[in-house]
Amino acid sequence: MSTATVSGPAVDSGPDRLRLRGQSLPRWVPLAVAAGAVVVSLLIYLLTPVDSEIQIVLMAALGFVIAMTALSTAVEGGRRARDRFATTLVYTAFLLAVIPLVAVLVSVIGKGAGRLDAGFFTHSMNGIGARDVGGGIYHAIIGTVEQVLLASVLAVPFGLLVAIYLVEYGRGRVSRVISFFVDVLTGLPSIIAGLFILAFWVLALDQGFSGFAGALALAVLMIPTVVRSAEEMLKLVPNELREAGYALGVPQWRTILRVVVPTALPGIVTGVMLAVARVAGETAPVLLTVFGTNLINSNPFSGEQSSLPLYIYSQAGQPQQSAVDRAWAAALVLIIIIMVLNLAARLFAGRSRLK
Amino acid sequence: MTTEPDSSADAAEQRGAATATAPPEDPPPAGGPAVVSAGKARVGTADLIFKNLTRTAGLGLLALIAVIAIFLVLRATHALSANTGNFLTTEEWFPNASPPKFGVAATLYGTVVSAAVAMIIAVPVAVGIALFITVYAPRQLSSFLGYIVDLLAAVPSVVYGLWGLLVLAPHMKGIQLWLNDYFGWIPLFDAGSVGRSLFVASVVLAIMILPIVAALSREVFLQVPIAHREAALALGATRWEMIRIAVLPYGKPGVISASMLGLGRAMGETIAVALVLPASFNISAHLLSPAGNTIAANVANGWGEANGIGRGALIASGLVLFIVTMIVNIIARAIVARRREFSGSAA
Repeated sequence: MSTATVSGPAVDSGPDRLRLRGQSLPRWVPLAVAAGAVVVSLLIYLLTPVDSEIQIVLMAALGFVIAMTALSTAVEGGRRARDRFATTLVYTAFLLAVIPLVAVLVSVIGKGAGRLDAGFFTHSMNGIGARDVGGGIYHAIIGTVEQVLLASVLAVPFGLLVAIYLVEYGRGRVSRVISFFVDVLTGLPSIIAGLFILAFWVLALDQGFSGFAGALALAVLMIPTVVRSAEEMLKLVPNELREAGYALGVPQWRTILRVVVPTALPGIVTGVMLAVARVAGETAPVLLTVFGTNLINSNPFSGEQSSLPLYIYSQAGQPQQSAVDRAWAAALVLIIIIMVLNLAARLFAGRSRLK
Repeated sequence: MTTEPDSSADAAEQRGAATATAPPEDPPPAGGPAVVSAGKARVGTADLIFKNLTRTAGLGLLALIAVIAIFLVLRATHALSANTGNFLTTEEWFPNASPPKFGVAATLYGTVVSAAVAMIIAVPVAVGIALFITVYAPRQLSSFLGYIVDLLAAVPSVVYGLWGLLVLAPHMKGIQLWLNDYFGWIPLFDAGSVGRSLFVASVVLAIMILPIVAALSREVFLQVPIAHREAALALGATRWEMIRIAVLPYGKPGVISASMLGLGRAMGETIAVALVLPASFNISAHLLSPAGNTIAANVANGWGEANGIGRGALIASGLVLFIVTMIVNIIARAIVARRREFSGSAA
């Protein structure tokens, strides 16, 4: 008995005479089918009146999925066909999603790069009409930098303190309520933050539009992000470090400030930089609180300012090609700034000792 | 990501319990008694001050939310009392006229429909991307793709709006005409003329939230224990069966909360929609007609020419948006919490 079961698989292991592995499609088939689908849809594009690129791409994707499923059902059958169907769908979904996302980047780079010269960075829009070719983003960059810095100065210490409370001290009802409302703030639409500062700071307190009002709105948006990321990082700090501090007689607050927070610092910095990158691209709250201007105003505490997202929005809304060109170029600058912040955040995250 | 807070909250509680009893009351055993008694009072006050400082910050956050709510309500009631229409059912938006008549019905409809259509398009594709990156793609490619998706999630919405207005909208004409020609018998796709419609806005929103949902789902799928996946494969499961029995059940709460975050983003998105949609105030089931507006876009478009009542009306509509997104968030939390109870072993 036992010898029979042992020798059983040994006999079959070679050329699969009992067809245990079943029929399967060769590896080149998916590629061939994909190429076929693309060729067929290209022919349709060239020969029939269907002239929408989006439609052609969707048709190619649909053709690929249907052909692969039919082939696989015929040859492989059953579970393998279902597996093949899922694989095909996942690959198609990925390729379909890549197209628009890459298209966004390509159009921004392609249309924005042409207008990117030294003058674009060193000039404001003072005296430039929509139809004029010149103009630049100097005033918008000043506004964005000042507003985001002020927002960080307001939001980061506050958010860090809340995170410390939630992780190190918070228990019971109060901390659960705070934690819940941090989630509520996370989901707060950015325009509500703008409306709130508009109602509170600009209208009720009658402070007028200013870069600082914009910074307040951005700070409202930054706080939950900072709290959440700092909380995650503080929770990762091993308890042994805290206990070691207490064992040496170090009071709790010093343990937190000298041991726990420094250990979590790279992660916290990463979270802060991601939050900065997010609010730097926010348009809606800035639109309602900073108002926008064509002039250089380097004082964030009085008078209207501009900002990069606001600049893009106002230029994009105009029909003249010169204005639209400025919008694309400013979009390119904004994307570059945000990408650099993101990459820097990742470098910091790589240095973290907590994983 | 979402499975973590539960266990780490427990850890925090235990840690809190340990620290609460250990340092202030019981002197550390290592220290000499004299040192401890000398230091005790000073340590106590400093600790108390720091604890109360962090506590004040926490309570300050609650105060902030209260202030947000109070000021929005105050401004809104002022305008609502002057309103001659029914705020919830009127479709017109004439808050600057006298007498003012405005309602949030049309913009709320646009908000919900555009966000819903965006979700229908984006979530399956985003899950596909996340599965591709975590399960199908070769290892080196997958970490690179993960970076790319994270970076795309950070692209500001105004850029998507710019692209949607100038690049996508003209290209969408063909497919909208086609939908109108062949599926026009469904009221949804019936339109006299096509153009910058709610459908185009939904597609822009879908493209915008795609990387966000995909990036969060990817993180969740990455946390599926390798042992679960290998166990499924060892039992003879195909790759799809492995995904179905090991990856998806484990990642479901995370994917749901990621989708809800995307939904919140889509409903609150202002600029991308304001750039794409022509502002009009009517409820129409025809997705492809060049019409429609959302609450957020209406605020961005309308507030420049608004007078006192007009601003109050916009704030009132913002309040409605706030409540709707808050309900979505609470539902998401409830789903995630309940899921966690069921799949307790996975958490």
